[in-house]
Amino acid sequence: MKDAFGAPQSLLVLGGTSEIGLATARRLIARRTRTVHLAGRPSPALERAAAELRGLGADVRTVAFDALDSASHEEVLGKLFTDGDIDMVLLAFGVLGDQARDEEEPLSAVRVAQTNYTGAVSAGLVCAGALQAQGHGSLVVLSAVAGERARRADFIYGSSKAGLDAFAQGLGDALHGTGVHVMVVRPGFVRSRMTAGREEAPLATTPGAVADAIVTGLRRRSETVWVPGALRVVMSALRHVPRPLFRRLPVR
Amino acid sequence: MSVDTVSLTGWGRTSPTTALRFRPRTYEEAAVVVRGRGPRGVVARGLGRAHGDAAQNAGGSVLDMTALDRIRAVDAVAGTVVCDAGVSLRRLLGTLLPLGWFVPVTPATGHVTVGGAIGSDVHGRNHRTAGSFARHVRSLELLTADGEVRTVLPGTDLFGATLGGLGLTGVILSATLGLRPVTTSLMSVDTARAADLDGALARLSACGDGTPYAAAWIDLLARGKATGRAVVTRGEHVPLDALPAHARRTALTFRPGLPPAASLIPEGLLGRGPTALLNELRHRGAPVVRTRQLQRISAFFHPLDSAPGWCRARGRAGSVQYQFTVGHGQEETLHRVVRQLTVRRYPAFHAVLKRFGESGPGWLSFPAPGWTLSFGLPAGLPGLARLLDGLDEEVAAAGGRVSLAKDARLRPGLLAAMYPRLPEFRALRRELDPEGAFRSDLSRRLVL
Repeated sequence: MKDAFGAPQSLLVLGGTSEIGLATARRLIARRTRTVHLAGRPSPALERAAAELRGLGADVRTVAFDALDSASHEEVLGKLFTDGDIDMVLLAFGVLGDQARDEEEPLSAVRVAQTNYTGAVSAGLVCAGALQAQGHGSLVVLSAVAGERARRADFIYGSSKAGLDAFAQGLGDALHGTGVHVMVVRPGFVRSRMTAGREEAPLATTPGAVADAIVTGLRRRSETVWVPGALRVVMSALRHVPRPLFRRLPVR
Repeated sequence: MSVDTVSLTGWGRTSPTTALRFRPRTYEEAAVVVRGRGPRGVVARGLGRAHGDAAQNAGGSVLDMTALDRIRAVDAVAGTVVCDAGVSLRRLLGTLLPLGWFVPVTPATGHVTVGGAIGSDVHGRNHRTAGSFARHVRSLELLTADGEVRTVLPGTDLFGATLGGLGLTGVILSATLGLRPVTTSLMSVDTARAADLDGALARLSACGDGTPYAAAWIDLLARGKATGRAVVTRGEHVPLDALPAHARRTALTFRPGLPPAASLIPEGLLGRGPTALLNELRHRGAPVVRTRQLQRISAFFHPLDSAPGWCRARGRAGSVQYQFTVGHGQEETLHRVVRQLTVRRYPAFHAVLKRFGESGPGWLSFPAPGWTLSFGLPAGLPGLARLLDGLDEEVAAAGGRVSLAKDARLRPGLLAAMYPRLPEFRALRRELDPEGAFRSDLSRRLVL
């Protein structure tokens, strides 16, 4: 069960090697979390992540999970919930893709869309159903500011996140009043493995800062969290910039 | 029997969860729900005044007991009442006072059902002389996991586990309570200001058996020399012959407080500034010393009932109530806790210090001989979770405990240190209820 401050006792991270996911898990283990399921494709990195969290005192299990294999989600994730309550699900998987290559090779673009959007839809719905049946829990969905307005530089990734963001918002409304809380997290440019070697955007942030914002959002039962918070204002302005002007902006 | 799906929280409005709510009108209907429970179990709920998650059951069933509210028999000679578990103490008072009887133990609100008062083993300001609610329960009817109704008598293991057992041994259907005779419905109240915490402790220690009710309101925003400054109130029931002749004819009339005004209180009203101001007014507004002031019973015992929506004033994240007890000789712990709160300048509200007398028979009952301090804080305060975790450690190290009826955040690991009879409680539940029919969010969170 979550406590009065929204700190969960059990956690499921979808995308078990995600830096933001692990940073969040570390912070939650320092509070109440004792059981962690790390779901991801089996790899040494996943085992390393599990071992590190075990070192912090949590009971950590790894789960073989492939975002692209939507057909398996019902079975893989549904089974986790029959073993015991899961107080929080963090949907943290996603790929950035390579915009230049993806524009050339439609199939690799589809892979980005399938991972970030289709995979999240099936995994998200399976988890939402299970949370609803247990009558409580949080589903935290990692979206991105890139989904707020498509930019020339990463519109394939951005459009997949836009779909995910709209899906998560709608799911949150559907689950309102059922005891299940859906929180959409929109980080800006995060300095991580995923973005290594890329030119940094303004208001860049870190996985740790995103994790802190998630913990605060849980305490406040927020529905939307921007990281850093200033992006909420920046993006609400950028959203209304006319397209001919937007194309020429340096941030595009 | 009405059934609906609802999102429920405790009085502190933190961690909402959804359950199927049944509203039985007869004992048989309650038994049908218990027998036909789903895999996530069932728990009884009264008027929802438990601050934490004791009367919630995520994904399971909740038995709303408020429709079971018959007062079945009053023995006006022997001073006992037999009533359903869903009767509120306020209603019981309205019935009993004109007959010259009083509920021997009442918490700070009258909106508590008899079942809830037993399940939380509530205490009042007279714990020193009257003990907790358990001491006045003569017998009770308990609906257990097998769907049978058992009569539970003091002195048995089931009595010890049920009194303060947070509804986890079964559903309390009715109870026989011993009452206290009174000759008027008025209280004689003495009020005095205390300049600091030591002053408050001294005044509470000096209370004799003549004034059974005593408590100190503490200003947790006052700092420096005034740390822990307080207003100490003591009270006793006024005997009939102390009233002027014209008042004697209506001596036993029960006048409840103002009607509910829940919706009038805006959300998120009371931050640090307004709370500090209110505390200042409350402390300075109190007389330095005043004796023998006459107060109505509802004003003395249930002052908060006239503002039932006060919990809303603490914002969207809800509020957290913290109550702990430490033994005599552990006053230093009390001082440290008060200091830690005052230096942080959190807008703590309803901070009340009391003295406890002897413990009761309940295995998980909260009261233990010594001091108890309770206060509320908005749950949205940054750093509050860590502070309270730290307080738990200090309280446990001093041999004290926190109240489970108010808890919404304790770590399961500290429970056994605070409640030494926990293993017996767990063993009895395993035996009586092997499938875990009775469950709540609290029992899941603390692995009770």
